[in-house]
Amino acid sequence: MARTTAPVPNGKLNIQLNGNNFKNANCKKNGYHNKAQKNSTAHSAGPPSSRQRFQRPESFENPPMYVAVMTYLGFGIVTLFGYFRDFLRAVGLEKCHIAREREEQKDFVPLYQDFENFYTRNLYMRVRDNWNRPICSLPGPVFDVMERVSPDYNWTFSLTGKTIDDVINMGSYNYLGFAENDGDFLKTVADRTQQYGLGVCSTRQEMGNLAIHEELEQLVASFLGVESSMIFGMGFATNSMNIPALVGKGCLILSDELNHTSLILGARLSGATIWVFKHNNMQSLERLLREAVCSGQPRTHRPWRKVLIMVEGIYSMEGSVVRLPDIVALKKKYKAYLYLDEAHSIGAVGPTGRGVTELFGLDPSDIDVMMGTFTKSFGAAGGYIAGKKELVDHLRSHSHSAVYASAMSPPVTEQILRAMKCIMGLDGTTVGQARVHQLAENTRYFRSRLQEMGFIIYGNDDSPVVPILLYMPGKVVAFSRAMLKRKIGVVVVGFPATPITEARARFCLSAAHTKAMLDQV
Amino acid sequence: MLFIDYSSAFNTIISTKLRTLGLNTSICNWILDFLMGSPQAPAYHLVLEGILILWIIRLLFSKTYKLQERSDLTEKEKEDLIEEWQPEPLVPPMSKDHPSLNYDIVTGPPSHKIIVNGKECINFASFNFLGFLDNERVKQKALTSLRRYGVGTCGPRGFYGTFDVHLELEDRLAKFMKTEEAIIYSYGFATIASAIPAYSKRGDIVFVDEAACFSIQKGLQASRSFIKYFKHNDMEDLERLLKEQEIEDQRNPRKARVTRRFIIVEGLYINTADVCPLPDLVKLKYKYKVRIFLEESMSFGVLGEHGRGVTEHFGVNIDDIDLISANMENAVASIGGFCCGRSFVIDHQRLSGQGYCFSASLPPMLAAAAIEALNIMEEDPVVILIWFRFFIFMYDLVNKYFQIDSYSAVKSVIGEVYAPALHLQLERSSGSRDTDVRMLRSIVDYCLERQIALTLARYLDKEERFLPPPSIRVVVTIEQTEEDIEKAASCIREAALAILK
Repeated sequence: MARTTAPVPNGKLNIQLNGNNFKNANCKKNGYHNKAQKNSTAHSAGPPSSRQRFQRPESFENPPMYVAVMTYLGFGIVTLFGYFRDFLRAVGLEKCHIAREREEQKDFVPLYQDFENFYTRNLYMRVRDNWNRPICSLPGPVFDVMERVSPDYNWTFSLTGKTIDDVINMGSYNYLGFAENDGDFLKTVADRTQQYGLGVCSTRQEMGNLAIHEELEQLVASFLGVESSMIFGMGFATNSMNIPALVGKGCLILSDELNHTSLILGARLSGATIWVFKHNNMQSLERLLREAVCSGQPRTHRPWRKVLIMVEGIYSMEGSVVRLPDIVALKKKYKAYLYLDEAHSIGAVGPTGRGVTELFGLDPSDIDVMMGTFTKSFGAAGGYIAGKKELVDHLRSHSHSAVYASAMSPPVTEQILRAMKCIMGLDGTTVGQARVHQLAENTRYFRSRLQEMGFIIYGNDDSPVVPILLYMPGKVVAFSRAMLKRKIGVVVVGFPATPITEARARFCLSAAHTKAMLDQV
Repeated sequence: MLFIDYSSAFNTIISTKLRTLGLNTSICNWILDFLMGSPQAPAYHLVLEGILILWIIRLLFSKTYKLQERSDLTEKEKEDLIEEWQPEPLVPPMSKDHPSLNYDIVTGPPSHKIIVNGKECINFASFNFLGFLDNERVKQKALTSLRRYGVGTCGPRGFYGTFDVHLELEDRLAKFMKTEEAIIYSYGFATIASAIPAYSKRGDIVFVDEAACFSIQKGLQASRSFIKYFKHNDMEDLERLLKEQEIEDQRNPRKARVTRRFIIVEGLYINTADVCPLPDLVKLKYKYKVRIFLEESMSFGVLGEHGRGVTEHFGVNIDDIDLISANMENAVASIGGFCCGRSFVIDHQRLSGQGYCFSASLPPMLAAAAIEALNIMEEDPVVILIWFRFFIFMYDLVNKYFQIDSYSAVKSVIGEVYAPALHLQLERSSGSRDTDVRMLRSIVDYCLERQIALTLARYLDKEERFLPPPSIRVVVTIEQTEEDIEKAASCIREAALAILK
C-alpha cells in the first residue's frame, strides 16, 4: 500500500513474503516437543501430565529489526500521503467521495471530528476490499465468495453477480465443522423451526423462558462438569451484560492486556476499577494482586470488596492459551475470583473438547465463572455462563439480559443441543469425538508444516487459531488479495486491532478441513 | 562575549602515543579532529553543553519513584494482610423464593395459544404484534435458508460473516423505511447500546427522556457523555434544559463548537406505552441545533399507515431524524435489530459500532425470516390497520370495565389508545413495592388459572435510573379475536375485585 497508488497488488511483494520471514538459523525442524520456551519461565506445580502439556511452547519471536523499521516507514509514508490528499480534497482538486452532511444541518456541530476519520478516509478505504467479503453459501470448509468490483478505488462496491466458488475457508470460526447444511443432520432443527417459529418475542423473565432453554442449560452444565448454567442470546452481550451483575463499585478487575472488547465493555459498564496486567505474564499479575490486597483501594485504602481476574481461554488475535494452572494457584493464594472466557476454546481444545480446563487437567469447580459462546465451535449463536448454583441463580434474577433482552431463538437452541449431544456422544455415535480429534490433528499438522516453511507463527501449539506475522501493511493487503486469487479465503488484521508493527494473517482451522485442503493452503 | 582562544591548547598532543595505546587509526583521527575543533566554539556554548550532559547523566541514574508504592510494609506484614483479607462472596446469598428466580416455563411455541406451566392459555404477554411467529410463509423461508446456509454464521461481519441475506435485508429495510442505508445487528438489546457510543463520546451532551428503556441507559453509560434527563414527554422541560445549555455555550464558544448534542427519545415508550411528540422535537432540533436519535422498537411495524413507525404516524420527513434504531424482536418476530438513516450517519457504525464489529453476525435463517416478514408487511398494509382497530377496542373495553365499578377502580390503565402494550397499574400503592408486586403477581396467577397469560413488567430494581411503578403488561396482537379480548378484560376485572378488595 505504501508503494502503490492504485489498489493493485504489486507482484514484487508476494515474493518478498518468503524472503523476509525466512529464518534459517532457528528453523524448527526437529519437532516441537523439544523446543525451549522463549518467554516467561514460571512453572506450575501440577501433576506431571499437566506440566508436560503446559510446557508446550508458546512462541512469540520478534521480527528482525529491519522489518520493524520498514513497517514504521510504510505507515509514515501513508500518513503523509493521506495529509496530502486531504489537502487536495480541501482545495478541490480531488473529488470527495465520502457522504456529506445534509444542507439543512450544515451549521450543526459536526458529527465526526476530522481526525477521527483520517484513518478511515485515507488508509482503510484503499484496502477495504479485504474485509466484509460477502459469501453466499454456508461457512463450511469451502464456500462461495461473491465477487465485488469497485470502479472508484473502493469507495463503493457493486456486486457483479458472479461468485468465486469453492474457496477454501480459513477465516470462519468453524472449529468443529458444525456449520453444515446436510438435511439429515439438521432434521431436528428444521422440526423445531416448524413447531416453534423463529423468534421468542419476550424476555426470559417474562414469557420467554421455553422448556428447551432449560433443557439446554442442564446439558451445558453437565458438559462442563459444573452445577448449573444459564444461556443468553448473544455472545458479546453475555459479557457486557453479566459482568456488571457480578462486580460493581469498590471491586477490582484484573484484566489481561489482550482481552476482547466485550470483556472490556462489561468491565467498564460495571463501574469497578480496572487494572491491566501484561499478556499471560504471571509475575505482573502476582505483583498487581499483592498490591491490591496490601494497599486496598487507591485513595481511601479501604479493602477491595472483590477481586476478579478476567482471562480468555484462547486469545483470538494471538493464538495463545492462558496459563491456567498458574492463575488458579494465584487465585487460591490471594482469594480472588476467576472469570474465564472460553469463546474460542470450548469445543476446540482438550481431549474431549471441553475447553482449557480439560487441557490442563484442572477441576472445573476451581474456576468461579466459566463463560463461553456457541458461535464458534457449535455453529450457532449465543453464549452461556456456568458455575455454582448460587452464581447462576443470582444471574437469573440480576442479569440485564434476563430482564431486558430477548431469549434465544428456538432453532438456534436446538442446533446447540444437537451439536453438544454429538460432542458428548449422547446421540450414540462417535462423530463428535472424531471431530475433536480431527481438529487436533489438523492443528498440529498445519502448525508444523508452516514452521517448516519458516514463517513466524504466534501462539501455543494446541490452539486452532494460527496467526502468521506479516508486519508490513502493504504485504498484508497483497497477501489477502493474492490468496483470494488462488481461491483461499484468509483473514488479515492490522492496526488498530493489533499493535502497529504486528499486522498478521490469521488462519482458523476446522475439523472439516481435509489434509488435502491444508496442503493446498 | 567571551572568546577564549584555545586554538593552541592541544598542539602538544602526540598522535603516535594514542596509536601505541592500541586505538584504531580512524578513531585517533576522529579524536584529534574533535579536540582541534571544539575550542573554536564560544565558551558559553561549551559550558551549556557540559551542564546538559551532566543533567542527563543524573536523570539516567536517579531512582524513579512510583507514587502508589507503599514501600513501608515489610514482607511479613504483607503476608499477614494477604492471610487476613476476606473478600465478599462472589454473589450475595439469595432467598429461594425471590420473585424473579422462578420463571414461568413455556412448553411449546409462544404463539397465540401458549402453554404456561402446563396450562394452555391465550397469550397476552408476548410481543408478537403482527402474528409473524406462527406464519407459515415465514417458517418456509427460514427452512429454505436453513437448508442452504446451516444455522450459524461462524464469524463477525468483517471476516466472512457477511452473507447475501444480510445485504438483502439491509437493502430491504432501507427501502422500506425510505432511508439511504440500514445496518443490522445480531441482537436487539445491543443495537441502540452500540449505536449511541459510536457517535457520542466523552464531553458530548445527551438529552434523554426519563422513561428511556434500559438498553438506551446502557448505551449512554458506555458513551461517557454528559447526560441530562428531561421529564417524560415534557417539551417545556426539554426546552428549559436546551436554553440553559445555550447560555453555557455562549460563555465558552470554542468548546461549544466541538461539543456534539443529541436528543434520544423512543417512538413508543416501552415503560409508559405512550408516544413521543415528534413534530415538537423536530422544531426544537432546528432551533437549538441538536441531533435526534429515535428508538422505535415498539413502534416499528405498529404505527403509521404502512408500519414505518412514528415518523409516518406524524407525517414527519424521515430525513429530519438523524438515526432510527429498532429491534426486530417485536413486530417482526425474529431476532436482531437494525439502525437506519442517511449513509453519512450509518456508515460510521460499520467501523465503530461495537456490537457490529466484534460480534458474530445474525444467523441467516433469522435474517431470511425478517425479510419475509417485511414482504408481508409491504404487501398487505391492511394487516396493520386491522390490528389498530383491535387495539382501540381493547382499550375501550378495559377502560369500560374499570370505570363501571368506580369504587373498586383500584387499577388504572396506562398508555395511549394505539399502543400495543398497555400497563395496568395500581391506582393507590400500598406503600411498599414488594407488596405491590406480590399483589400484581397474584392477579397474574389468577388469570393464568383462567387461561389468560399475562406477565408482570420486569425491571432491575437497583439498576434503573427512574424505576417505573410495578405494573402488569397486556399485549394485544393481531391473532386475538374480540371474544378473547372480552374474556381477558373481564378476567382481569374479576381478579382485581377478588384480590384487591
